[in-house]
Amino acid sequence: MNRILIVAEHSAGRLNPSTLKCVSCARGIPDSEIAVLVLAADGAAVATEAAALAGVTKVIRADHPANAHPVAAVLAPQVVAAAGGATHIVGPSTTFGRDLMPRVAALLGAPQLSDVMQVEAANRFRRPVYAGNAIVTVEVPAGRQVVFTVRVASFEATGAATTPASIEAVSLAFDVPAHTRFVSVSAPSSDRPDLQTATRVVSGGRALGSVENFKLIYRLADRLGAAVGASRAAVDAGYAPNELQVGQTGKIISPALYVAVGISGAIQHVTGIKDAQIIVAVNKDPEAPIFEIADYGLVGDLFALLPEIESRL
Amino acid sequence: MRKVMVCVKRVIDYNVRVRVKPDGTGVVTDGVKMSINPFDEIALEEALRIRERGEASEVVAVSLGPDDAQQQLRTALAMGADRAILVKHDSAVEPIVAAQAFMALVRQESPDLVLLGKQAIDDDAAQTGPMLAALWGRPQATAASKVETRGETLVVTREVDAGLEVNEVDLPAVVTVDLRLNEPRYVKLPDIMKAKKKPLDVTDFAALGIAAHEQVRVLKWDPPAQRQKGVMVKDAAELVETLKKKGLI
Repeated sequence: MNRILIVAEHSAGRLNPSTLKCVSCARGIPDSEIAVLVLAADGAAVATEAAALAGVTKVIRADHPANAHPVAAVLAPQVVAAAGGATHIVGPSTTFGRDLMPRVAALLGAPQLSDVMQVEAANRFRRPVYAGNAIVTVEVPAGRQVVFTVRVASFEATGAATTPASIEAVSLAFDVPAHTRFVSVSAPSSDRPDLQTATRVVSGGRALGSVENFKLIYRLADRLGAAVGASRAAVDAGYAPNELQVGQTGKIISPALYVAVGISGAIQHVTGIKDAQIIVAVNKDPEAPIFEIADYGLVGDLFALLPEIESRL
Repeated sequence: MRKVMVCVKRVIDYNVRVRVKPDGTGVVTDGVKMSINPFDEIALEEALRIRERGEASEVVAVSLGPDDAQQQLRTALAMGADRAILVKHDSAVEPIVAAQAFMALVRQESPDLVLLGKQAIDDDAAQTGPMLAALWGRPQATAASKVETRGETLVVTREVDAGLEVNEVDLPAVVTVDLRLNEPRYVKLPDIMKAKKKPLDVTDFAALGIAAHEQVRVLKWDPPAQRQKGVMVKDAAELVETLKKKGLI
């Protein structure tokens, strides 16, 4: 029997969709029981949400005032305390999981696999390396406790359970470290869909040319009910904030529709979007590499084409 | 702050298009340009700036890798590190082993701050920094885009999915750095000459009391699945029409 412990990611009393992807990934591990660990100041709502997910056997809820913000040095010892009999300790490969899980692995003395994109067996997984230019199949010794992070773009969100799982409230023994203090986090910049989980994404590249022109991307996105993304070049040029960056050094996403506007298609950008179902590219250069991977390509001046596309929606 | 230790990894240069060997045993490395992992280069630049502001007195660059990694350490010295240490080990190791090796150097060097990249662009594991912090029992601040020193405390702005998060960490601490932290300086020829005279010590796992146990076995390397090239549409009308027909908008 494989006993899987998933560390829930949440904020403002809501479960992050990344956790739904982790559950899907974990369901691919044969012969398993899936527990979701909710570490929060008050985890009632998040625990209820987690218990309603298909595939979840049990929710472990550990409330502590120190869990008001996700600080890895505070959370890691609690994950370790809850990981006793677990064979797999799992978190999302988001900035939350990438911060926390290696700290957990080192405390447990367990090996970690980052960005698992496919489960082949309980101890065999596939993951990308070299910015997605190679995929490795890796194996840990059978029965060895392992920590891994889930490449969320590679999995569908798990659905709703027919009957909710049980919620067990526990008190985990750990020393609250005083050496690390949360100060602040910037508020979400808009009420647009979240880039990481949106079904549609419109991204702009360097060809937009200015912050002012980048508003065209926001406008098209709003018409489509889409999230806004940006290439690294556009972010580096200051046209868009970094949290909108799509690519190997930004977010790796898998929307149903991805519209790349004025993006040439550097390998590092393509790495972030190649799991999208449909890619649309608008670019004035017919030789742009983005057209090599786009399902639909349109060559032309974006400043003429965007208003025209909008007018036809 | 007295001493900053910076971990630099020798990796295939980020401009090289990495290819999987036809026999699936790895990626092509013969005749390929090697460089300092770009994230580690940013970490080194930050350490140098901290020293240049008078907030630290010494920058030690350390690496774990084959003898050839001395080249990357010489580059680090040319950029301005005061001295360097190579933990010589010929085969690739898992991040936890790298963290153990750096922990051994931490015990030896007692740095006030360890800086390194948020990930290396070869294995993309993003584990070594937090693992080192855990082994050390000290704070970590990952994916830093701004680092400010306030006495014995660092105020670190981190790039997180939601935007920017600010944490305060007491020294000593481990900070992993993101792209936007700074732009590394170019190395000038006289600095390369000067770097040749700077101390570069070589040690190994045996001397540090580390065992390179393998827990994760790589069975196979595959090239990624390729997307098929699609179709070109002639104008905006055809594009919108097609997407509507497919039910995508």
